[in-house]
Amino acid sequence: MLETQSTYNYKVVRQFAVMTVVWGIVGMLVGVIIAAQLVWPELNLGWLHFGRLRPLHTNAVIFAFGGCALFATSYYVVQRTCHTRIFSDALAAFTFWGWQLIIVLAALTLPLGITSGKEYAELEWPIDILITLVWVAYAIVFFGTIAKRKVTHIYVANWFYGGFILAVALLHVVNSAAIPVTLTKSYSAYAGVQDAMVQWWYGHNAVGFFLTAGFLGMMYYFVPKQAERPVYSYRLSVVHFWALIFTYMWAGPHHLHYTALPDWTQSVGMLFSLILLAPSWGGMINGVMTLSGAWHKLRDDPILKFLITSLSFYGMSTFEGPMMAIKTVNALSHYTDWTVGHVHSGALGWVAMVSIGSIYYLLPRLFGKSEMFSVRLITVHFWVATVGVVLYIASMWISGVMQGLMWRAVNADGTLTYSFVESVKASYPFWGIRFLGGLLFLVGMLIMAYNMVKTIAGGRAVNDARVLLPAAHHA
Amino acid sequence: MDINDLRSLITVLSFLAFLGIVWWAYGMKSNQKRFEEASMLPFLDEETDLVEQGLDRKGQRKAS
Repeated sequence: MLETQSTYNYKVVRQFAVMTVVWGIVGMLVGVIIAAQLVWPELNLGWLHFGRLRPLHTNAVIFAFGGCALFATSYYVVQRTCHTRIFSDALAAFTFWGWQLIIVLAALTLPLGITSGKEYAELEWPIDILITLVWVAYAIVFFGTIAKRKVTHIYVANWFYGGFILAVALLHVVNSAAIPVTLTKSYSAYAGVQDAMVQWWYGHNAVGFFLTAGFLGMMYYFVPKQAERPVYSYRLSVVHFWALIFTYMWAGPHHLHYTALPDWTQSVGMLFSLILLAPSWGGMINGVMTLSGAWHKLRDDPILKFLITSLSFYGMSTFEGPMMAIKTVNALSHYTDWTVGHVHSGALGWVAMVSIGSIYYLLPRLFGKSEMFSVRLITVHFWVATVGVVLYIASMWISGVMQGLMWRAVNADGTLTYSFVESVKASYPFWGIRFLGGLLFLVGMLIMAYNMVKTIAGGRAVNDARVLLPAAHHA
Repeated sequence: MDINDLRSLITVLSFLAFLGIVWWAYGMKSNQKRFEEASMLPFLDEETDLVEQGLDRKGQRKAS
C-alpha cells in the first residue's frame, strides 16, 4: 500500500456522530412526552401541548437524529471508500454548524406555533432557505469527494448516499415553494388537491430517500465491515439501487386514498407501492445474506445484532407498507394507530437501529479505541430497544385495527355503532403500552450516551488516520 | 401528439432503461470481475482500521 501525506477528516464525522446520540435522546424524549400526554391529558401544558410538540418530535428524530447519523456515516464512508480526504473542510464544517442551527431554530419555532403546516416540512420559509444552503454545501462536499476519488469504481454505499442527497434537494425545493407574507408566515405555492399531492409526493419520498436510501448506504458499508465479508451480491445491490430510484417517486398518492385526488392517481400510487416490495426485499435479503456462513458472529457481536435486526424490521415494514397501500386495506388502516405503528416499525426498528449499530461501529474508531467502553452495555441496549419496539408496534397494531373496525361499524338502521370518543376510550390501554415501549427505547439511548461518554473519556480524538492508496488501484 | 402520449412514452422508456440495467448487471459476463472487485472496496484499507483502533499491524494493542 502507498501512503500519502493526507489524512482523513474525522473531526466532522465525530461531531455529527456525537450529536446523533444527543439529538436521538432529545427527539425520543419529546416522543415519550407526547405519548404520555395521550395517556394523561392533563400533561398538555401551555405551549407544550401535543399539537405543538408532535411536529417537534418528528422533526427532531428524522432531521436531527437521522440527519446527523446520515451526515456522520456518509462523510466517513465516502472518504474511506474513495481513499481521499473530504473535498472541503470548511464547507463540511459549514454543514455541521448550519445543520445544528436549523435544528435549534426548529426547536424554537415549532412550540411557538410558527409552522407552514406541511407534515415533515413544517419549518417556515427562512429556515427552508437555510436548509437549502446547507444541503447544497453537503452535495458539493459529497460529490466533490467522489470526484477526487483515487479508485475507479464508486462503491454502492456512495450511490445510495448520493441518490439520497439529490432526491432530498429536489423534494425540499419543490414542496417548500411558498409565498412569504411576513418573516414567520408563508402560504404554499400550490392550491387544493395539487398542494396535497405535492405534499405527499414529498412526504413519501422523505420516507423513501431520507429514511431509506441514505440508511441503505449505511447498510452496504457497515454490515460488510462488521461481518468482515463483502456484500452477498454486488450485482443485486446495483439492481436494488436503480429499482428503488425508478419506483419510489410514484408511491406518494397512497397517502391520499379516498380523497379528492383523481382515482387513477390513487391506483397508480397503490400499484407502485406494491411494486416497491420487490426492491425493498431484494435489498434486505442482500444485507442479511452478507452474514451467510458467519451466522455465529451474530451470537456475540451486539453491533451485528443491531444491524441485522434493523434489516428484519426493514423487511417487515416494507411488507406492511405495500399491504397498507392497497385501497381496501387502507380503508381500514388510514387515520388509525396502525399507521403510527407502521411508521415506528420503520423508524425505530429500521432507521434508528441501523444508525445505532453504525454509530457504535464508528465511535471507538473516532476516538482511537478498539471497541466501546462496554460491549456488554451495547448488548443491554440492544435488548431494551428491541423489547421497546415490539411493545410499541404490537400495541399500535391492536389499537389501530380496533379503531378502524369501531369507526366503520354500523347498526342495522345505518347509524354508527360507536361515537368517536368511544374509540378513544378503548385505545387508552394500548397508548399506555406504547408509552412504555417508547420509554424503553429512550432508556436504551441513555445507556448508549453513558457508554459514549465513557469511551470518549478513555480515548483520543483520531485526526491522524492516513489516507492509504490501495496498491491495485492507485492512480 | 398529445402530452399524455409523451408521458406514457417516458414511462415505457424508463422501464426499458431499467431492463437495460438489469441486463448490464446480470447479463454481461465482463462486468462480473468488476463487481467482485468493487465489493471488496471497503476492505482495501484495513491498515487505517488498525490506526483508528489504536492497534499495531498484528492487531495487538499498542503500548502507549
